Amino acid sequence: MYMLIVGGGKVGWNLARALIERGHEVTVVESDRGRYATIEEELGHSVQAGDGSELWVLERAGIERADMVIAVTGDDEDNALIAQVGREKYGVERIIARCNNPRNFQHFELLGVRPVVSATDLILRLIEHEVPKYGPLHLLDLHQERLEIIELDVDEASPAAGSRVEDVGLPDGALVISILRDGAGFVPTGESVIEAGDEVLLVLDPNLEESVTGYFTSAAGTRAA
Amino acid sequence: MFILIVGCGRVGSAVAKTMLSDGHDVSVIDEDPEAIALLEKGQDRSWEELGGSFTVGTALEIDALLEAGIERADAFVASTHGDNTNLVIAQVAQLRFEVPKVVVRVLDPARAKWYRDQGLSTICPTHIAIELLEEAVRGGDRREAA
Repeated sequence: MYMLIVGGGKVGWNLARALIERGHEVTVVESDRGRYATIEEELGHSVQAGDGSELWVLERAGIERADMVIAVTGDDEDNALIAQVGREKYGVERIIARCNNPRNFQHFELLGVRPVVSATDLILRLIEHEVPKYGPLHLLDLHQERLEIIELDVDEASPAAGSRVEDVGLPDGALVISILRDGAGFVPTGESVIEAGDEVLLVLDPNLEESVTGYFTSAAGTRAA
Repeated sequence: MFILIVGCGRVGSAVAKTMLSDGHDVSVIDEDPEAIALLEKGQDRSWEELGGSFTVGTALEIDALLEAGIERADAFVASTHGDNTNLVIAQVAQLRFEVPKVVVRVLDPARAKWYRDQGLSTICPTHIAIELLEEAVRGGDRREAA
């Protein structure tokens, strides 16, 4: 595949190196001349100097034939607009944009740019994963497809604790895809028994999140019983 | 009319002063607290005494836009020194806050044109300068043959 990476910082450069190793054709666009020269020593013609916000620079780098545009500069407004013109003007189907400040995430959404990757957000999710908390932990949200993957802790007093997966009575549109127990995980069958203290991963329609959460927590357990 | 202007440089401040003296309500945002000096240059009273308002904040911060009154703005001018910032906040003003009139300064002619085709009201100073220069050059006379 032909990957166009805009921004030759730590992220862009390392990404380029990894993608080239995997056999992809890659062009990195970097606006800083000094930085460009450094990358050029290693990547040769796979890096071009120029401001990736400018259309002619993107065109010179071959955006019209790119299979993927990856906007990873240090400026969120640049990334958002590069992704926007990449998709809407040049019809690139796969776009990935980096969001440096999570507060700017809403701007990417407004411009219809997705997926958006935020290191801060990823680290926050890892922290949430490590620190026990109540309620669902979102592992993946596919807004457009109306699907999400969540992780839930199974409460002792919940309807699901001690039940076989097929007996929990989850609504259509929600599926248990993994059970994590004692540091290991497995893909359950309908006959697998869910135990208190398990962590379950579910794929579901976001509209079902509240009702599905109720099967695994005690607060809503009384309601379901 | 209530006009919100983001970016108080030479252009933003000049537009703000004109609009205020035309009798409009004018609110200005800039990330530099010192930028208010441009609004007060040549005036005998402070910008606030003249009836204007000024908010310190970066353009992409929704809180700053809200504080400066974007929800009741009739017109929005994006005139920071960055094309990309202007293009993002202009779309925020138009799509999210549904400001009726959004004007955005874009120095890059190619993108000014493309975003204008997408429905944004872009003003491109570079393009205007090119046209004026071409016109001025065409208007010149040939040298008399010796």
